[in-house]
Amino acid sequence: MSISTKIVDDFVANGVDFVTTVPCKQLAGVIEEVESRDAIYHIPANKEDEGMGLCAGAFMGGSRPAIIMQNTAIGVTVNTLVTLTQFYRMPLPMLISYRGELKEPVACQVEMAVHTKALLNQLNIPTYHFHKQEDANELDAILKYTFMCNKPVAILTDATFWGGY
Amino acid sequence: MIRSEVLREIAPILRDRLVVCNIGLPSQELHLIDDQPSNFYMLGTMGLSSSIGLGVALAQDKTVISIDGDGSVLTNFGTLPTIANNVADNFILLIIDNGSYGSTGDQPTYAGMKTSLAAVAKACGCENVVECQAKDTAEVLQAAVDSKKMTIIVCKCESGNIKVPVITKDPVVIRDRFMTAVQS
Repeated sequence: MSISTKIVDDFVANGVDFVTTVPCKQLAGVIEEVESRDAIYHIPANKEDEGMGLCAGAFMGGSRPAIIMQNTAIGVTVNTLVTLTQFYRMPLPMLISYRGELKEPVACQVEMAVHTKALLNQLNIPTYHFHKQEDANELDAILKYTFMCNKPVAILTDATFWGGY
Repeated sequence: MIRSEVLREIAPILRDRLVVCNIGLPSQELHLIDDQPSNFYMLGTMGLSSSIGLGVALAQDKTVISIDGDGSVLTNFGTLPTIANNVADNFILLIIDNGSYGSTGDQPTYAGMKTSLAAVAKACGCENVVECQAKDTAEVLQAAVDSKKMTIIVCKCESGNIKVPVITKDPVVIRDRFMTAVQS
């Protein structure tokens, strides 16, 4: 089973039925998998804060949402995470491609990578880092934890996890 | 007519609907005019009223009205293509376009100059776009609710504010009673 299939299987098993995505090269496989599932309404967003707004609405409408995005989005969404997702206490699993880590070919990506964990830490967002494929075995528990505590939770997935470029 | 007068006129239509209301004065005015548990007041996050409302509409069947402003739509322009391409016939986006950033001191927006939000919405692919004058808003909104078709309304009104208190309700209370209204 591909890692993308396993990840989306865990989403579906945890009732995640509304997924918004902003693409990243590393996330192409998992986005394709999301799109292929009947159990998930896939709604591409033009910007990640817009996607978080969609997820907030979907949650209040009775769905279980998730967002898939690149770590650069943490820079875009600080205000939304704080004044919407956290202020109103809403759950939001964030599957994040962690660009700028080992095997990264684009220097500019490193500039945001060095701030990613610091920003998440500053925002008190529980953060998990998938480096090896077996790390994904925790995804099921992470999703349960997210919907238990009604918080945004970050799952950083680096190039080594995805098998390089 | 200014925004608060428009809100006062449409309050009887909003009363029985799920409403997502824009940050700042629009939420404070609606809260003052006719607070309802089915109103979701945005206390932060400028620009996302339409996104939150579309999310609610896609997740369940009740009619959802997002009240937005011209400045807020300009902040989150990417919302219009998303709305156009994810049709929810239980969703109405009401943009109260007074050509200014009302909550911050009535600075002019580009929507009050050359930019037509109705034309932008149409160009983005939204199929039912109605631009109306403030005095006709209630009639246009009721027709949109009755049509059961996703509709974007651009209500052109005058710039101006009334004095209103801030909303001191806890955000989790606002969210919880809104979700209870969704499920009722």
